[in-house]
Amino acid sequence: MSILAQAFSWINLRFLLEGLWVTIEVSLISIVLSFIIGLVFGIIRYSKIKFISGIVGFIIDIIRNLPLLLLFFFTYFALPQIGLRTSPMSASIIALVVFESAMLAEIVRSGILAVNKGQMEGARANGLTYWQAMRHIVIPQALFKMIPPIVSQFISLIKDTSLATVILLPELLYHAQIIYGQNTNYMLPMYLIIAVMYFVVCFALSVVAKKLEKRFG
Amino acid sequence: MAKLLKKTLGLLVLMMAVFTLTSCGQSSQTNVYQNSKEAKKIVWGVKSDTKLFGLVNIKNGKTEGFDIDIAKAITKKMFGKDAKAEFVATTAKTKVPLLKNNSIDAVAATMTITPERKKILDFTKPYFGAGQSILVKKGSSIKGINDLNKKGTQVMAVKGTTAVDNIHKYAPKAKVLELDDYAQAFSALKSGQGIAMTTDNGILFGIAKENPNYQVVGGAFTNEPYGLAVDKGQTEMRDHMNKALDEIKADGTYTKLVKKWFGSIPGFDLKEAEE
Amino acid sequence: MIHVLVNNWQVFLSGFFNTVLCSILALFFSLVIGSGFAIMETFQNKFLSGFARAYIELFRNIPLLVITMFFYVVFPQYFFTISGFAAGTIGLTLYTSSFIAETVRAGIQSIDIGQMEGARSNGLTYWQAMKNIILPQAFVLVIPPLGNQFVNLIKNSSVLAFVAGFDLMYQGDSLASQTFDTINTYLVVGVLYLIITLPLSYYMKHLENKLS
Repeated sequence: MSILAQAFSWINLRFLLEGLWVTIEVSLISIVLSFIIGLVFGIIRYSKIKFISGIVGFIIDIIRNLPLLLLFFFTYFALPQIGLRTSPMSASIIALVVFESAMLAEIVRSGILAVNKGQMEGARANGLTYWQAMRHIVIPQALFKMIPPIVSQFISLIKDTSLATVILLPELLYHAQIIYGQNTNYMLPMYLIIAVMYFVVCFALSVVAKKLEKRFG
Repeated sequence: MAKLLKKTLGLLVLMMAVFTLTSCGQSSQTNVYQNSKEAKKIVWGVKSDTKLFGLVNIKNGKTEGFDIDIAKAITKKMFGKDAKAEFVATTAKTKVPLLKNNSIDAVAATMTITPERKKILDFTKPYFGAGQSILVKKGSSIKGINDLNKKGTQVMAVKGTTAVDNIHKYAPKAKVLELDDYAQAFSALKSGQGIAMTTDNGILFGIAKENPNYQVVGGAFTNEPYGLAVDKGQTEMRDHMNKALDEIKADGTYTKLVKKWFGSIPGFDLKEAEE
Repeated sequence: MIHVLVNNWQVFLSGFFNTVLCSILALFFSLVIGSGFAIMETFQNKFLSGFARAYIELFRNIPLLVITMFFYVVFPQYFFTISGFAAGTIGLTLYTSSFIAETVRAGIQSIDIGQMEGARSNGLTYWQAMKNIILPQAFVLVIPPLGNQFVNLIKNSSVLAFVAGFDLMYQGDSLASQTFDTINTYLVVGVLYLIITLPLSYYMKHLENKLS
């Protein structure tokens, strides 16, 4: 029992909470940016503009089918070669945004597809242009349908942030590894407590997602 | 189905073309010395998981160790008392790409000077004399490097370290399990994933000090002189770092730092370590 | 980039093989375990369905890397040593099975309740009805989402790199840190992953369109 008390000392807990905060901070920034980019790319894919839709679709397919771990390496090691100095923090955010906006673009596209075709036709018949109809009629409705899957993506984003330990982002898992690296008796307590921390955050969000699904779905 | 295959194939070819083009576009080299001098700041790649050399202090989140102190002393010697040494956590795997892509200016991270590394990086004179050794659980039948040279022996090492190559050379029959950092490698040893962990003696002594059930055996079987590293071609930076190294040796700072970190380590030969 | 592949093709090949092997093993076991828990969750018995729910929620909400590291470093301290490959495969199986359970359960629940009642009134037992009427329909419905889970599984198998699992990512990592040709090595690794995942995900899209 004394090992547990030592492992969960205030100093260690504070260090872990700092890590958890980085995890949440990186995830929040990433999901907001990904949503904006995903929305744009999703609409481009849906609207079948010549060439552009094809190229965007191609890029999205490549990104969606690569392990996220690889993207962390590329943003941390390759981007600076073309003049963009990245820190573990910015490299992680860029990697997550690239990956998640590809995922969200697909969600946006299928969200728009799920809106009744008649709505667009009706709007057009009432004299709105294609883009006006998109903006005022189709997308607002599609957004409601997208909310639950976006929250689920946010949950995977929080879990995926743990992969950024590989480029030494000071997030929750990395901080736990630093603590038990200095005293290996803390391995079990560290894995237990970070599992609880991840679980609480992700489970709470998944409950929210379910509630939203009932309301909008 | 044929359409599917064609689409996939087309994508792959296109992607390879794009990647080949982008990976050819190398950035022009900057002068790290001039930039650092202007900013009065050196960004150092250091260890965050290595006792005695570079370890994060959980109380304040700061990295501490011999490498850190050396880097601070060198920075101040080069650019004056108010110059700033900034630290970026690296592992053996990440430090070379980070130097290459200008994310860090220099490396002070238990880095051995080797002929292969000299082809792609520039090193200062050695600042620490380590040698590769073996860490085992007390009471283990492993007494030295030769005991590891058996089929079925699993040894933990860290990705991108000279230890990996050396084990292939000195104990070719052993299987090396490469982990990302020292904390992971030691956790794996403790979990029984392998029978021994191998890396430089200074690092192993640091682990053994905190974990009395483990000991360093067999002495050093290689010479691992640590150098400070910069990207290839940054000779101005390297020359100034060499000069600063000479200065901290002359004024006694260097010996003081060696004593501070290694003075109380049982079994550690200070004479061997000082360069 | 090509020279990296040509000079080290054995290394990449063995990594590729381990990635495929681990993915297939994890897919098989997570299908079995995931379907088991999905069926269990539809039980009337509150205790059993609650247990299934707890299992699913637990492994869905903890990062795969944390589960895998737990089996690699913590588990052996109290039980017995398992290799990195095994720890990675177990982690992948537990993690993926919770997602598969969710998918299969949604499939079962989307089948009209009337079908079960009809089958029961025709004299079939619960299990007979489940086996012969409900599950076959449910599985057809969930094939496309299951395919997507498989693509995710293959991508996720890269966690083996963290535990010396000798998969494609580990081999690439190890090579990159010895040759210092970082970017080209990771590009090769990326292309090798895409060779498996791209055709698979296109095939799943194709199937989805066909079914709907």
